[in-house]
This record gives sequence, C-alpha cells and structure tokens, in this order.
Amino acid sequence: MRSGLSRTDIQGRLKELVEALFVNIPSGVGSHRKDLKLNREEERRVLKKGARWAVEKGFGSSEDLDHIEEHGCIEGGNPDRISEKAMERGKAQLGTLGSGNHFVEVGYVAEVFDEDIARALGLSKDQATVIVHTGSRGLGHQVCDDYIRVMLDAARKYQIELPDTQLCCAPVSSPEGQGYLEAMACAANFAFTNRQMITHWVRETFEQVFKKGPKDLKLDLIYDVCHNIAKIETHTVDGKKRKLCIHRKGATRAFPPNHPDIPSDYQSTGQPVLIPGDMGRCSYVLVGAERAMEETFGSTCHGAGRVMSRHQAIRAAKGRAIVRELEDKGIIVKGASRGTILEEIPDAYKDVNDVVNVVHHAGISRKVAKLVPMGVIKG
Amino acid sequence: MSKPKLKTARRLTKRFEILDHTADIGVIVYGENLRALFENAGGAFFHLITDLRKVRRRIEKRIDIGGESLDRLMVDWLSELLYLHDVENLLFKDFRVESVGEDGLRAIAKGEPFQEGVHVIKTEVKAVTYHQIEVRQEKGRWRARVIFDL
Repeated sequence: MRSGLSRTDIQGRLKELVEALFVNIPSGVGSHRKDLKLNREEERRVLKKGARWAVEKGFGSSEDLDHIEEHGCIEGGNPDRISEKAMERGKAQLGTLGSGNHFVEVGYVAEVFDEDIARALGLSKDQATVIVHTGSRGLGHQVCDDYIRVMLDAARKYQIELPDTQLCCAPVSSPEGQGYLEAMACAANFAFTNRQMITHWVRETFEQVFKKGPKDLKLDLIYDVCHNIAKIETHTVDGKKRKLCIHRKGATRAFPPNHPDIPSDYQSTGQPVLIPGDMGRCSYVLVGAERAMEETFGSTCHGAGRVMSRHQAIRAAKGRAIVRELEDKGIIVKGASRGTILEEIPDAYKDVNDVVNVVHHAGISRKVAKLVPMGVIKG
Repeated sequence: MSKPKLKTARRLTKRFEILDHTADIGVIVYGENLRALFENAGGAFFHLITDLRKVRRRIEKRIDIGGESLDRLMVDWLSELLYLHDVENLLFKDFRVESVGEDGLRAIAKGEPFQEGVHVIKTEVKAVTYHQIEVRQEKGRWRARVIFDL
C-alpha cells in the first residue's frame, strides 16, 4: 500500500502505531478477532469468492480488487474438495497473520530508481508504505497434507517414479490433478481474503492512530500477488502458443507491460512485484519486464532467501538484544514470540539488494523503488 | 509404566537429534521399539515448537490412525498432533503409544492449551513433510527421519 503520509509523519507516532497494529491484527498462537464469527456456510463462500467476499462484508473497497492478482478470486474453487480438518483450521485462522516469516511492515520510499514508473504506481521519495505478507494459513497446509495423500496413490496409479516422496504428483488432466486444482483455488481464495481483511485492519489502525479519515491517509493498494501457486496460463514455447500449468513456488508472477492479465492502469508500466527483504534492511517494488515472458514464464523471485537455518540464526542472535539493535537503526519490531524474531534476524537472510540486482540485470523485472522498514509486527 | 521426563542431556541413550536445514528443520528420532520411536517423535516435534518444561499434563487426547505403511503412519501421527495444536492450540509433552504397526496407531497424548505469558513458541511448524522420510530398524533399534516445513 502507498499512503498520503510521509516518513516523518510516521516517525512521530511509530511506537503507538506498531502497538496498535499488534493489538488489531491477530498474530500469536490462537489469537483471533473477537468481532469475527465465521460459520461453515460463510467459510464456503470465502473459498469460492476470495477477496470479493471480504469486500462485500465491508473489508476494503471494490477498487482494491482491481489491484489483486485475478481480482482476488481464482475461478473454479470448489469447497466440496476441502476436508473437514482444513475447514476447521481455516475457521480458526481467517483474519490472522501467523508467525514464521509473516509480517506487516510500515516503511518509507528510500530511493526511486525509475521516476516515471514510480509516479504511475503513486510512489515518491519519503512517502510511507505498508507491506502485508501472509497467506492461506492452516487451511492451505491441510489442503497440502490431504492432497499429498491423494498424490501418493496417484503417482503409483500413473506409474510415476519419484526421486522423493514429497514430490508425489498426478497429470494435470487426471481426476486427481483437476481435483487438486479446485482445492488449490479455494486455498488461494482464502489467502486473498485473509490479506484483504488484514489490509482493512491496517487502514483502521492508521485512522485510529492518526485521527484522520481514508481520504487523507490514502492507503491505496498498489498490488497483491501470490508466491506459492500453480496457474493455467498461455505462453509461447518454440514459437507456438501453448496452455501450460505454471508452478510458482517461492516465485512471483511478473507480467510485462501490455499483458492482458494486468490492471488497465498498469498496462504501460508492467505488473507491480513486491520483494520483501529482511526486517533490518529493505524491501523492493519492481515491475514485470518482457524478458520474463521469454525466459521465466512470466515469473521473478519472491524474496531474499535464507542463508542461515533457524537454529544458526538463533545461535547468531545469542547474547544480542536484537529488538534493541533494530531500534537503534530506527526500526521498531513487535512479535508474539521472541523465538520468531530471532529466527528472522537480518543476518539470516541474503542481502535483498544483491538478489534484486540479479533479476533487474537479467531483465526479468525492473527496479522501481526501495522501501526501508520503520515498524514491523510479526506473529 | 512411568515415563522419564524429556531431557536429552541426562539420558544415556538419546531420543532425538535436530537436523539443521537452511529453510526447514528436521529430526532424527530413535526408539528401542516402534512404540518408543513414535512416542519420541511426538516429544521431538513439540520440543521444536515450545519449551516443554513450561507445559503441564492437564488434558489428554486419544489419537487413532488407520493402517498405513510406517512412513505414512509417522507423517500422519505428527500431522494429527499438528492439527490439534493448530485448531485447539494444544501443546503436548507426554505420549503413550498403546499399539503401532501396519494396522494403525493408538495413542494418548497429554498436555495443555497454549497460554500467553506461560508458554513460549520457539518455532511455528507449518507442515510435516515426506521429504527424505525414513522409518527403519538399524542395529537393533528403530530410527526415523522427518523434515518439517517452517
């Protein structure tokens, strides 16, 4: 999200803002908004409609949908494909951030690399921004667990030899493959809804803290994009147009300018791509570029990637006051558990600057702006 | 049968080791028999999630899993515990496996619901995976390898 606030507007109220975000956005184990009740019928609607469900319930506006991949709803989601267990995990976790590497980050535009595109995206130097990173939560994990069982049997049935059991699979056109795509669409729709709700609570929190209305705060969605999903898309292979199933795992769609699947106001810029870095360095806004269609099926990287395991990170953080270290750099971090903050220390990640430079120079996406964090909440 | 507390350091034979992966985490679990192997796997799993010293045995859950290969049974067992952790916020510290084999698993897990201020979450486990899964007998004892998605 971009905003109508500047870096200094935020800095004056940073502590208060981070505290309020932490209260309003459920993030720890079992935390949940008391004002959110979800019965089975409503949950099924979430799985079919995605972010549109959230907008109909008053979370954000229909303009948001124009800036979400697939308008926040992958067609073909069939709730009958979702197990009782997945429904239960989903019910408990809709509208929650979750822990691990999930976060809400308030930052500012520290550097602009492409003035024209930044202007088209509504970004300018020193402007405050917000990034929300979360997904389908336990519902998605349960869908994965359930379908791994299906795929283990399917791999045997279709005589697919597996180098590792976790890579079990079925042909896309098989009943098992089609069943999975219907279930996956539900999980993606749950994730779109989850982010839309959290986006709404971020806006409400800013309204509370700054005592300003939406017209002044201008917390408009720049873009919302998936990074663990398979999509049916048309790509040119050996000069021929072919319908393919594109798997993006830890990768983000990055369609270039003039692609029919990106919003009309981004036709000239290319699809916005968000690359979160670690909480101590920075994040990036990029746009998709033509080379991505030629070389990576319209995809780019999703994040920095780890260099240290969780345990190494915790060992590296031993004896250090990590929260204090970040505070000295002007970054306030609040997490539900100390463990997840330590696991996510900046040293545990590759330098996102290096990663982004690689995709920029490879021509698969283009650097637009660098965002530096000021306040972060984590699960 | 009484069961010693989960303290790897003070035991003569270790129950599990942590496997360090860059993006994920895994465990190698040992047991003198299959029942002990599955009990120790439960213990190793919750050792990753929380500080077990703070968890009390206040409630118990019966767990029944249908017949599968041992690999699948191990993933199903830990996935069931993860499901209970996710939906009912339960933390388990004691496991009693009554029977385990090709025809399924019956067990009782003891623990209590997560309580803010009392318990800590060290790591959130997203899923139990089949990646490099292994359950086998080796030099007269059982050994299993399980990798978790974090």
